[in-house]
Amino acid sequence: MESRDPKQGSQESLNDQDNLGKKANRKLTLKLVAATIAMFGFGFALVPIYDIMCDALGINGKTSSVAVEQPIALEPDTSRSIRVEFIAHPNPHMSWDFSPKVASMDVHPGEVIQTAYLAFNRAERTIIGQAVPSVSPGLGASYFNKVECFCFNKQPLEGQSHAEMPLIFYIERDIPESIHTLTLSYTLYDITDTVAKPDATAQVQMVTQSNQLQGATP
Amino acid sequence: MKRIPLTVWLTLEVFAATWASSSFAEDNVLNMTQGVTQISEEVYHLHMLIFYICCAIALVVFGAMFYSIYKHRKSKGAVAAHFHESTKVEIVWTVIPIIILIAMAIPATKTLLAMEDTSQSDLTVKITGSQWKWHYSYFEQDIEFFSLLATTQNQIDGIEAKGAHYLLEVDNPLVLPINRKIRFLLTSDDVIHSWWVPDFAVKKDTIPGFINEAWTKIDKPGVYRGQCAELCGRAHGFMPIVVHAMAEDEYDAWLEGKKAELALAKQQAVDALSSELSMEELMQIGETIYVERCAVCHQANGEGIPGAFPAIKGSKIATGDIDVHIDTIVNGRAGTAMQAFANQLTEQEIAAVITYQRNGFENNTGDVVQASDINSFNTPSQGSKEGQ
Amino acid sequence: MKTSTPQNEKSSPVADADLSRANSSIALDHEEHHAPKGLARWVFSTNHKDIGTLYLWFSFIMFLTGGAMAMIIRAELFQPGLQLVEPHFFNQMTTVHGLIMVFGAVMPAFTGLANWMIPMMIGAPDMALPRMNNLSFWILPFAFAILIASLFTEGGGPDFGWTFYAPLSTTYGPDSTALFVFSVHIMGISSIMGAINVIVTIVNMRAPGMTWFKMPMFVWTWLITAFLLIAVMPVLAGAVTMVLTDKYFGTSFFDAAGGGDPVMFQHIFWFFGHPEVYIMILPSFGIISAIIPAFSGKKLFGYHSMVYATCSIALLSFLVWAHHMFTTGMPVFAELFFMYCTMLIAVPTGVKVFNWVATMWRGAMTFETPMLFAIAFIVLFTIGGFSGLMLAIVPADFQYHDTYFVVAHFHYVLVSGAVFSIMAAAYYWLPKWTGHMYDQRLSLWHFWCSIISVNVLFFPMHFLGLAGMPRRIPDYAIQFADVNQIVSIGGFAFGLSQLIFLWLVIKCIRGGEKVGAKPWQRAEGLEWTVPSPAPHHTFSTPPKVD
Repeated sequence: MESRDPKQGSQESLNDQDNLGKKANRKLTLKLVAATIAMFGFGFALVPIYDIMCDALGINGKTSSVAVEQPIALEPDTSRSIRVEFIAHPNPHMSWDFSPKVASMDVHPGEVIQTAYLAFNRAERTIIGQAVPSVSPGLGASYFNKVECFCFNKQPLEGQSHAEMPLIFYIERDIPESIHTLTLSYTLYDITDTVAKPDATAQVQMVTQSNQLQGATP
Repeated sequence: MKRIPLTVWLTLEVFAATWASSSFAEDNVLNMTQGVTQISEEVYHLHMLIFYICCAIALVVFGAMFYSIYKHRKSKGAVAAHFHESTKVEIVWTVIPIIILIAMAIPATKTLLAMEDTSQSDLTVKITGSQWKWHYSYFEQDIEFFSLLATTQNQIDGIEAKGAHYLLEVDNPLVLPINRKIRFLLTSDDVIHSWWVPDFAVKKDTIPGFINEAWTKIDKPGVYRGQCAELCGRAHGFMPIVVHAMAEDEYDAWLEGKKAELALAKQQAVDALSSELSMEELMQIGETIYVERCAVCHQANGEGIPGAFPAIKGSKIATGDIDVHIDTIVNGRAGTAMQAFANQLTEQEIAAVITYQRNGFENNTGDVVQASDINSFNTPSQGSKEGQ
Repeated sequence: MKTSTPQNEKSSPVADADLSRANSSIALDHEEHHAPKGLARWVFSTNHKDIGTLYLWFSFIMFLTGGAMAMIIRAELFQPGLQLVEPHFFNQMTTVHGLIMVFGAVMPAFTGLANWMIPMMIGAPDMALPRMNNLSFWILPFAFAILIASLFTEGGGPDFGWTFYAPLSTTYGPDSTALFVFSVHIMGISSIMGAINVIVTIVNMRAPGMTWFKMPMFVWTWLITAFLLIAVMPVLAGAVTMVLTDKYFGTSFFDAAGGGDPVMFQHIFWFFGHPEVYIMILPSFGIISAIIPAFSGKKLFGYHSMVYATCSIALLSFLVWAHHMFTTGMPVFAELFFMYCTMLIAVPTGVKVFNWVATMWRGAMTFETPMLFAIAFIVLFTIGGFSGLMLAIVPADFQYHDTYFVVAHFHYVLVSGAVFSIMAAAYYWLPKWTGHMYDQRLSLWHFWCSIISVNVLFFPMHFLGLAGMPRRIPDYAIQFADVNQIVSIGGFAFGLSQLIFLWLVIKCIRGGEKVGAKPWQRAEGLEWTVPSPAPHHTFSTPPKVD
């Protein structure tokens, strides 16, 4: 190990070196702290990134939460048929009876289908429900387009009342050949306590045949 | 130095594993089961293939190493060579593993794609996991029921001898036909569970708010047992799966029988609405229900686990307003682990367990709750989880 | 830990005092004359050796604490039935055992080794940020005090597994979850500060002449590990914060009712979680790469490719996270992607193993205890690697996932992998730290008891998993009874064996055969050029590196 006689020169340059070194350290430290903060932000950014990736790749079975435009002049592909199953899964804490109007149906890709889910509030009080959709297989979700869906809304329902909640959808024509069956499941949650007051627009719509199929979107 | 025991140990281990797997091929005490479906067999063979390849690589690598340990010892006069790099060699032992991996990936991909076969299924069953039981619903058959662990607490506590199917038995097994493609739709009511039957090589997480799917086609009739495979709380180890697979005609007969059984139970529940039971009868039924359904959290002595599960003994709910008590049991408490029992128990069962809670554990309120009280609280009749 | 007074150093204290090395902010002569003694020395230390000692002792205490929890687990699993603990408490034991071992034993041990050795290995007088170094350590006992205290709260401590999946941890977690979150945040901050310190030290403070490709492998592997830490610990902080807000502040990141997704938790967690396991093994690789050459009498084979392989492993570790999630219902193409990437990691890892064997090949090996542990590491870690490869195969994983097969895999890589490498490092460097050779007979007892019991403990778990036993259960079906009993016996034996090590370390500190600067004849590295025990301050003047 070298040793130097401290009395000979450059005490100043040593101090300079020392300061330069400390400066270099501080600079690098700050860069690394910035990187840390950026990664913390990235962790939170993963939340919207996850949604975007799922949407783009059509995975995780989440259908879009906005309505699509009623397609004009969409020709159904009659050469193939897809079985669509409807599942209603009321959360057990929910005092509603909840069921699909039709348990399953065969549809052609491109065909606009109208159906509904039935709900009955067994309790005395008004309960606001929120239906959360999930599609299986997950990849099928991106081909499943909803023109109108009660799942977009918070649904208030008075005590001891019935409701028929509309669902209008079509399956895109280019849905892969490998998909033969689509299962659409709605899990129904009681969100009365988490909602201050229901939207004016979120009223349960009593569906009649005539006022659908005209491209009505909520 | 005592290197030899190490070598021997390792060799023994490799041989033991190989021997175990080959001679116990049918026995799943030490190895994966071959199962009773085409997929499960493919999975088993894939597992064994990868295992054998790993054994082969281990033999070569450890063989070289132990040979070197033996031969290149300083104590035996070895003199160290000086080489310490060789690009050629590095490339070779990078490329060869890649080739081996590709060789593994091909059958793995094939089997995985086969597992994703989406051809039409013959029957669909919706499986719902919840703490700590399974619910099965036969699509478009109007058959649904809960499946709970049947092993008694006394066996778990060591008071009674353990049965042959200890922790792998349920009250209502899932019944399925063989030779039919069965599609499972899986979801959960609370936390993530996972439905696993090793003999089918089916394991799928049940995720609250989401629907997953899996399928199987069972080749052999029999009873197949599985367990929940995702930590889901304190009784995660106590929610098994039992599947009875039977010939198609037997299955059809079972369907009819089960429908009748459920219809009868429904009718009985409705009839019970108008019956009045004595305090003794309610307490007896209530105690059975309590032990089966409530004690897992609230404990057999009603004292709960402080901070985790409230006590029934001396509880404000069990000694206060009856309607609040009924609401708590019928509708549960959202945001907590307290489930809604509306769809799991009949009105009479709920009435009985409430009566038991209000009078047992030294609560002694003297209250008697009848099935009609529950009914007038707007609970559904049993099995109204409609829409599968 | 005994360290020498300045009088033992080769250079004069006066010369040293005036020559503060660039970046060193210590007025040496002042400190040497007024060095604090007793408790104050440890509480206020900014000395990398002292802080290294603190980390190592802390990690050993945590190892024994987490180990005690494992003993409770194995005691309950000794027989079928529930004999000793409530399932609720059992879940707390498995959870806190995991948290303590990951964040309290393995990571602090590596940080302790980094603190002790990196400055000496690169010829630097200390770490770049000595005061932050002190803080990084001292918040750790605080964090673990909170975690362990949570076990004594009314509702119990965390019981949702160290992976704390939502919604089990959010909606259904105990009230103490906030304490768990807080404690994890502090652990994360400690790791991040440590990582920053390591990077700045290695980048800025290498002695002149120590170019990148002259650095020892331990320094390389820690440098890469530090970058991994900075990349992923903040993501863990994000995940744990989201759990906190979901549970206490009404957000719905992971709650389907509010539009969230429980599976998203798993993605975020494992984005951290997978690099985390490489954080826990890369320093091991560095240790083994130091020890094997030293006891083979040959330079490390393929030094450059070892560096590149380590970088590849680090990069690939970001691409494989969803292999922990194959049963969640991913689409096929995603399963295939993650399967292929996971299999690919076997390549650079294999290259490292081959390079170690090639280092031994045609060497002149001696088998001191560090070498025994290093050889054991190579064999047993590789076995863990094989089960990892099996787990990568998706169709087979459907049968292995969440069973004891997984438990076997990660314990092989973490216990007979990482922990054995830490013990190897301890044996290798104890003479440098203490100035004494450890009791060699005792060390052999420790080694042989450990290696036999660790295999009795974890190897049969492969069979349990294959036979169908799920993990995280306090009770099991009859057919698993015999094997569980063997496993438990192995567990008790392994736990007891570590008491031999505890005794050995204490004995070594207190006395033993005195050693010189280089007790291992053929070891290389700057740390072997300073006296043993290493003086409190080393390389105040930079060494010459050719």
